[in-house]
Amino acid sequence: MFDNILIYFVVIPLIMLGGLALCKNIKQIRTVAVIGSTALIVLSVVLLMGYLEQRAAGAMAEMLYVDSWTWFTPLNINLAVGVDGISVAMLMLSSIIVFAGTFASWKINPLPKEFFLWLILLSVGVFGFFISIDLFTMFMFYEVALIPMYLLIGVWGSGNKNYSAMKLTLMLMGGSAFLMLGLIGIYYHSAPEGGQLTWNILEISQNGAIDKGWQYFLFPLTFVGFGVLGAMFPFHTWSPDGHASAPTAVSMLHAGVLMKLGGYGCFRVAIYLMPEAANELSWIFLILTGISVVYGAFSACVQTDLKYINAYSSVSHCGLVLFAILMLNTTAMTGAIMQMLSHGLMTALFFALIGMIYGRTHTRDIRLMGGLMKIMPFLAVCYVIAGMASLGLPGLSGFVAEMTIFVGSFQHADMFHRVFTIVACCSIVITAVYILRVVGKLLFGPVQDKHHLELTDATWWERLSAITLIVCVAAIGCFPNFFNELINFTFDGSIFKVLGMN
Amino acid sequence: MDYSQFLAMKQEIGLLVVFLLVFLFDTFMPKKAQGSLSGITCLLFALFTAAGFCPCQLADADAFAGMYVTSPVMVTIKNILNVGVLIVLIQSCRWANSDIQIMRRGEFYELLLVTLFGMYLMISARHFLLFVIGLEAASLPLAAMVAFDKNRYESHEAAVKYILTAVFSSAVFLMGLSFVYGLTGSLYFAKIYEALSVSPESPMLIVALAFVIAGVGFKLSLVPFHLWTADVYQGAPTSVTSYLSVISKGAAAFAFLVILVQVFGTVYSQVWEWMLYAIIILTITIGNLFAIRQRNMKRFLAFSSISQAGYIMLGVIAYNYVGMASMMYYILVYVFSNLAAFGVISAIENKTGLVGMDDYKGLYKTNPRLSVAMMLAMFSLAGIPPFAGFFSKFFIFTGAIQQGSIAIYVLVLIALINTIVSLYYYLLVVKAMFISEDECKVAPFRSSCSERLGLWISVAGIVFLGIVSCVYNYLLELSASSDIFAGL
Repeated sequence: MFDNILIYFVVIPLIMLGGLALCKNIKQIRTVAVIGSTALIVLSVVLLMGYLEQRAAGAMAEMLYVDSWTWFTPLNINLAVGVDGISVAMLMLSSIIVFAGTFASWKINPLPKEFFLWLILLSVGVFGFFISIDLFTMFMFYEVALIPMYLLIGVWGSGNKNYSAMKLTLMLMGGSAFLMLGLIGIYYHSAPEGGQLTWNILEISQNGAIDKGWQYFLFPLTFVGFGVLGAMFPFHTWSPDGHASAPTAVSMLHAGVLMKLGGYGCFRVAIYLMPEAANELSWIFLILTGISVVYGAFSACVQTDLKYINAYSSVSHCGLVLFAILMLNTTAMTGAIMQMLSHGLMTALFFALIGMIYGRTHTRDIRLMGGLMKIMPFLAVCYVIAGMASLGLPGLSGFVAEMTIFVGSFQHADMFHRVFTIVACCSIVITAVYILRVVGKLLFGPVQDKHHLELTDATWWERLSAITLIVCVAAIGCFPNFFNELINFTFDGSIFKVLGMN
Repeated sequence: MDYSQFLAMKQEIGLLVVFLLVFLFDTFMPKKAQGSLSGITCLLFALFTAAGFCPCQLADADAFAGMYVTSPVMVTIKNILNVGVLIVLIQSCRWANSDIQIMRRGEFYELLLVTLFGMYLMISARHFLLFVIGLEAASLPLAAMVAFDKNRYESHEAAVKYILTAVFSSAVFLMGLSFVYGLTGSLYFAKIYEALSVSPESPMLIVALAFVIAGVGFKLSLVPFHLWTADVYQGAPTSVTSYLSVISKGAAAFAFLVILVQVFGTVYSQVWEWMLYAIIILTITIGNLFAIRQRNMKRFLAFSSISQAGYIMLGVIAYNYVGMASMMYYILVYVFSNLAAFGVISAIENKTGLVGMDDYKGLYKTNPRLSVAMMLAMFSLAGIPPFAGFFSKFFIFTGAIQQGSIAIYVLVLIALINTIVSLYYYLLVVKAMFISEDECKVAPFRSSCSERLGLWISVAGIVFLGIVSCVYNYLLELSASSDIFAGL
């Protein structure tokens, strides 16, 4: 079992949990968290290298590092793992954000030990989700990632935290209720009559036994189930409240990684296993996600709380991910994955910076702040960079992702897709409006509060957190081809053969 | 008479031996030695429980011309009950040895063992006469146990309510039986089954089944037969409540499955599938909705246990062996989760007398270990991974969906949406303990050894029963090879 590198993505956080439980003071806690999250980054780099090497050597299997260990024999539930380019990219993203999140919560108070315990438990869920290819274990890890949010927001959050925490938990768990039914349904139709039923994604897609009628029933269940976490309209309302109330590292991890679970799940389960229904029903969800994209952007324009602005912008950007996935062609889907990476890094950066600014000014209302460029230049410059990435400046990650998405979407020649692509494109302009509004008011305007003049700039741990993320954002922006090739193999595989797509 | 048939009843006889030893010890030992009564009962019962896992138990056998049968599945469900009773006994030590209860301590243990004996008979009976004896033996002594808090008015009220509803439900059940007898001319399960499979449906059968379901439904507190539950759970001493809510319910659920499958199996889709369908929806929904408003922890768990009974019934409506295995697994997990919750409640109640949810505010600051145990219990009851409750919920849904009709998908969807409602109120408890910033009314204290032992066992069950897959695998293999569904 332990000769497969993937299993360590779960084992390391579990060891961290054990280590944290033994910690006595904040120094030990930080040591454990830093060592563990660094180990995860190293592990994901090793995985990336190994993966590319195998691909270069001509490994043609759909997934690599595939392994399976029996768990519940009679129901054929296995702990099955395997990765393709998308999962590798997602694992990279998660480990980077866990690393940055650790430094962003350097001074967490009160109860630092409990905070890190829950945070690492959350990351167990995230990593486990991305390595699983068995529907049962995937779902289990998915729920493991959801529940710590309740306490993380409830105990360490700010503002209307009780309401937000409960709303977030119940809505996400509501989504997973639909999902559970969908997954069990898939299981019972996973093999042709008389065959061995299975939860394994690869086997299910090979069998291709889910008949069309059942696909029509199961596709919406799974897509909505994951779509709730992907902030699909009208199930997005947990996101602004939840992100606004959560402590910094939790917002980072949640917007940066957890919302990607939604997009990844929609792709990996709903579309991958039920392509025919996806093709027929995609128009319904295109409308919904199209609304998310534009509505999220407009809502961000009128908010005054920094976190709400960023949370609505997340709704818009994550809407774009689902929007692109539903276009069902290679270019748009590649764009969707790029957008997941780009948004994950960029929004984590945003939330980290907002947390740092809030820690100093004790307000997130942009009307009460101004001129921060003079007071805390490092944070302000980082904020500008994040903003530029968000509005799609070439050279940063946002541009690459959005460009690919819209080019891919425009390949559909029919009226419906064209109209929605154009509508979604408008969100770029609206994004520029709300980003530049904040940058202008917050960073360049006159200083609003003279107490702010005494504030200090970023400390070393804050710099480390921000720089890590900025480097990654720039890396995607400057070397998109590398990521493109990493992801692309998945789309050359068998997924679209059913639909006869390019 | 062939006395060797008594050997088939190894577990019942073992239980009787334990009962007699406790009884003799309680009656004839001098006052000085009596102090160890609780310890000795727990020890004897632990030995008895361990003996139940001995593989020599696992053989099909019957006695009294087929009125009584035993099989590996029955032995297993009895073992599950035994484990639960053992935890209840351990947790109740401190309460039983308190100044007020010490005089009646012996009776508590004796009555408890007698009801357990009744439940054994309910599970193993294949003739309605024996079944009714078991049902009565399991119900009537419980009324006395509910009234155990002699000085509390609520306890008496609860006992009266319990005995009246129990007797009434027995009457309803017997009425149903008399119809069944009139239709088929026998009280043997197998003979009724045969008669029903040849004779066409009759309206009387529907009435008879409605009465039978109502009779057992009282015991399981299924809606609309649940009205006694909240008052009795609140009024009874906490140790009795925990016994009532897990053991009594688990035994009745399994007996219910046996009756519905082995007696009325032929009329599944015509008659009782739809009765049960409606009852499950009502039970889960109403139990959940009422639980939201409760501020007393015992009342709260009463409504939560009503909705849990609805989930257990999903394993019956599944009508296949996966459903049965999942139901047994669900009962097992439910035993551990609910007993962990009751363990915390009784520890706090014994120390301070507080049982309100508001009294739990800020508990994490004063009693972190108890709050963590309570949180795990709540998460497990709500079905949050990686705790056992998640697995049991997932499997019981899987079992139900194996039945395959669209109606079952709809039923499971309703049940799943209800899990969100239940998550809300379970989280209310977590919120009170962890998030609320109020000053805690419960001062830091160290609970007694027995309470801690009981909690440790329950928490270990919550954590390991799910992840360690062999338990469920074993139950599934056992059910697959059992003959309960053989007639189909």
